Amino acid sequence: MNLQRIWNHDLAYSFRRSPVTIAAAALTLICMGGALFAPWIAPYNPFDASSLDLNAAFSPPTWSAQGSPNYLLGTDDQGRDVLSTILYGARISLGVGLASVLFAMVLGVSLGLLSGYFGGTLDAFIMRVADVQLSFPAILIALLVDGVARVALPSDSHDEIAIPVLILSIGVSGWVQYARTVRGSTLVEKGKEYVQAARVIGRPALAIMLRHVLPNVTGPVLVIATIHIATAIITEATLSFLGVGVPPTRPSLGTLIRIGNEYLLSGEWWITLFPGIALVTLVLSVNLLGDWLRDALNPKLR
Amino acid sequence: MNSALLKLEGIGKDFDVSRPWLNRVIERAPRQLLHAVVGVSFEVRKGETLALVGESGCGKSTLARLIVGLHAPTRGRIEFDGIEISNPEAHVETARLRRRMQMIFQDPYASLNPRWRVHDIVAEPVRVLGLAKDEAEITARVAELLRQVGLAAEDGEKYPHEFSGGQRQRISIARALSGRPDFLVCDEPTSALDVSVQAQILNLMSELQAQLGLTYLFISHNLAVVSHVADRIGVMYLGRVVEIAASQELLARPRHPYTRMLLDAVPDLEMSGRQRTPVAGEVPNPLAPPSGCAFHPRCPHANARCSSESPKLVWRGETASACHAVEENRI
Amino acid sequence: MTSGAILEVKDLRVEFPSRHGTLVAVNGVSFSIAPGEVLGVVGESGAGKSLTGTAIIGLLEPPGRVAAGEIRLEGERIDNLQHEQMRRIRGRRIGAIFQDPLTSLNPLYTVGDQLVETIRTHLEVDAAAARNRALELLRDVGIPAPNARIDHYPHQFSGGMRQRVVIALALCAEPRLVIADEPTTALDVSIQAQIIQLLKRLAHDRGTAVMLITHDMGVIAETADRVAVMYAGRIAEIGPVREVIRAARHPYTVGLMGSIPKLGVGAGKHRARLVQIEGAMPRLNAMPAGCAFHPRCEKCFDRCKQERPEPRRVGTNLTACWLYDEQRTAQA
Repeated sequence: MNLQRIWNHDLAYSFRRSPVTIAAAALTLICMGGALFAPWIAPYNPFDASSLDLNAAFSPPTWSAQGSPNYLLGTDDQGRDVLSTILYGARISLGVGLASVLFAMVLGVSLGLLSGYFGGTLDAFIMRVADVQLSFPAILIALLVDGVARVALPSDSHDEIAIPVLILSIGVSGWVQYARTVRGSTLVEKGKEYVQAARVIGRPALAIMLRHVLPNVTGPVLVIATIHIATAIITEATLSFLGVGVPPTRPSLGTLIRIGNEYLLSGEWWITLFPGIALVTLVLSVNLLGDWLRDALNPKLR
Repeated sequence: MNSALLKLEGIGKDFDVSRPWLNRVIERAPRQLLHAVVGVSFEVRKGETLALVGESGCGKSTLARLIVGLHAPTRGRIEFDGIEISNPEAHVETARLRRRMQMIFQDPYASLNPRWRVHDIVAEPVRVLGLAKDEAEITARVAELLRQVGLAAEDGEKYPHEFSGGQRQRISIARALSGRPDFLVCDEPTSALDVSVQAQILNLMSELQAQLGLTYLFISHNLAVVSHVADRIGVMYLGRVVEIAASQELLARPRHPYTRMLLDAVPDLEMSGRQRTPVAGEVPNPLAPPSGCAFHPRCPHANARCSSESPKLVWRGETASACHAVEENRI
Repeated sequence: MTSGAILEVKDLRVEFPSRHGTLVAVNGVSFSIAPGEVLGVVGESGAGKSLTGTAIIGLLEPPGRVAAGEIRLEGERIDNLQHEQMRRIRGRRIGAIFQDPLTSLNPLYTVGDQLVETIRTHLEVDAAAARNRALELLRDVGIPAPNARIDHYPHQFSGGMRQRVVIALALCAEPRLVIADEPTTALDVSIQAQIIQLLKRLAHDRGTAVMLITHDMGVIAETADRVAVMYAGRIAEIGPVREVIRAARHPYTVGLMGSIPKLGVGAGKHRARLVQIEGAMPRLNAMPAGCAFHPRCEKCFDRCKQERPEPRRVGTNLTACWLYDEQRTAQA
């Protein structure tokens, strides 16, 4: 597959023609780049407690009257540089977002495949569990998982395992949409003759599911995942905002927004605003990318 | 006369199409069973092409799937080369025999996995059945098969969507042949193809049968097509076999009234201007089949016995028909 | 081309601009249909016959468009009309029957409702008169017990009955032209025979012109008065149905007729091989120069590869083939 073919491929063509998508992709890349290279490009390390200078707390951004040239976007209540915290926080937000989506995807796709292929009692059971879960808001599920974890695990390890528990809880709250979509697609593919041909050849059910059905049902999964990343990031931000997400020593964008929220009305607007803009930019550009992908992959619109 | 390669005795298949349990309890609706195949018995002889003809709902596709093992029969017995394969207990034995049968499907667009390359599609039976030692042998075999069905060896690198309907059907045939089967079940293999492409595929299948000594069970709704490929023809109606005869015999002297109706309904391309008796009625709902002989509401020769007693398939020499009127020599 | 013709199509050209270039799906097609006549348009998939019908009804989806040619309904041009004008003509003067009776009817409304709605959209009648008309139509198309069935939903009818309802729907505003696109393909063969008889009778009784589009030559043989054979967006041969079927001139038509399996004496495997035309219909983006059929034609010679033949009169038919060029036959 040489570069020429990739450039001329239908997807690439549709991408090139949409300025909004190109902008969204660029922004996503910038956000991801910033998050990835945070340790190297951030002026300070906000997680290193020893580097914090409480005297510098509540400095406004550089361009305003009392701003300091050291802190481009100002500092928060503990003297952390807002810009650095945004970069490091984005790291956590993106990391948690991507990991939880991956978890939800693997869990949901597997259950959807099993459900659709075998049908019967297994299908009924899985779908009823899904239905029950759908009647709860995702945040509640995440809170539930989080709460159970806190109770079940020793309290001094909370901080280390907070992030894996967070990934688990957001993942568990989000598997249903993958399962349902994959189940529907599996039901359709199962009835197609190439699956019957594989059965006539004598392949076992697992081989058919993984090698024949799975490649044909992943299309919509990709689209859901892209949009789910945005939702996962927001969920993490919400949980952190509520105080049950990441530990306070390693703030994510949500934590920042929460911290800043308390000081919004007393004049320190920059602590909430800049992380807020960063979050919105990240989520919006990922959403737009997902929209483009969905339309580009839709065979009916092509 | 050749020995029977496939033998069916009293095969029946019921599908439970009842409404969900909750609905049944609330509405007090009874269980509903769809009798897709009822009391089918016939044999397919080695080297011949037996065709099964019928309209929608006659059960021919279900029967095809019962034979290759995609469904399990509700009752009855299937024997392949003298050994029973319908016993759900005897997995290993059955699997070994089933390898000698393959199936070709109707829809050329759905019968090939769109994400697999043609090479892998055709090689799958070879790999699964362990018929080749290494990749090189597999590649050689795939190339040989593709050439045999009229494609090029390089076509193995392409994906199904790059081919036309007729070419895809050729790929399906190549796949079916790669496991070296004796017996091919062909479920409407040319119904979705244009007429000139159909001619190519039918000719190809004929040649392959002669070259490889294959036995075909050919399923179709098109009597004209079937008259070109079959040695013997079986006619099905609402899950039952109503007539079996050698092709020439069936077309020249159809016995069962439904066969006569089917023949009459074939459009007259010779433009002989023959007057066709208008066909009466439609195929009844398989969920509520008529009592007695399933065909009696549409039959011009039905009498009281026909509405109460279901006729059995009666053999006279090489021809069988399930009709009271024929049995009583009324028609 | 008579002036009394209901439909006249001249040099119709339907194009699809795409990023790979413009694809010409219908390339210079001309024919006419007289009142009460059934014209069969037959061809294999990709020949452009359905698109021709769609273009005439005015339902071409963009980016497809009528790039050239004229379509005249009872003398008036309809290919260049505004959306709203075409909408009024559709249904009132042109009726359409499509392949799948299941999706042609709205499952949420009774058959009576759909008939009455169509009648009242195009004719100035009140509800009672419309209902009477609907009942009459149902009787005409052979639905038993129309008084009861008019209030049934589409799913309560069998396939064949549904198609009859669709025919009734197409006829209810008394159109002058009916375009039927594969009306019997989804039906069982015994029902097909009933439906095509019905279409033929209705056409002759009411003087409606019918354009019957199908790939099934058998249906054409039974129903059509004249037939046009299409290949790769062009008409290969057009003439009275008997002449085209029994005495085809164009090599494609000859090959097509030969490849159709026929019932007859001497059935079974040991009959002669079916005639097979090698190759396949060219794709729209790989159209051969000159005659579109030349790569597959046994009788191809030099001129065929360079110049495209136009339909010319050969006996009773119009045939687009250089074999029948007057100069050539004069030399022979």
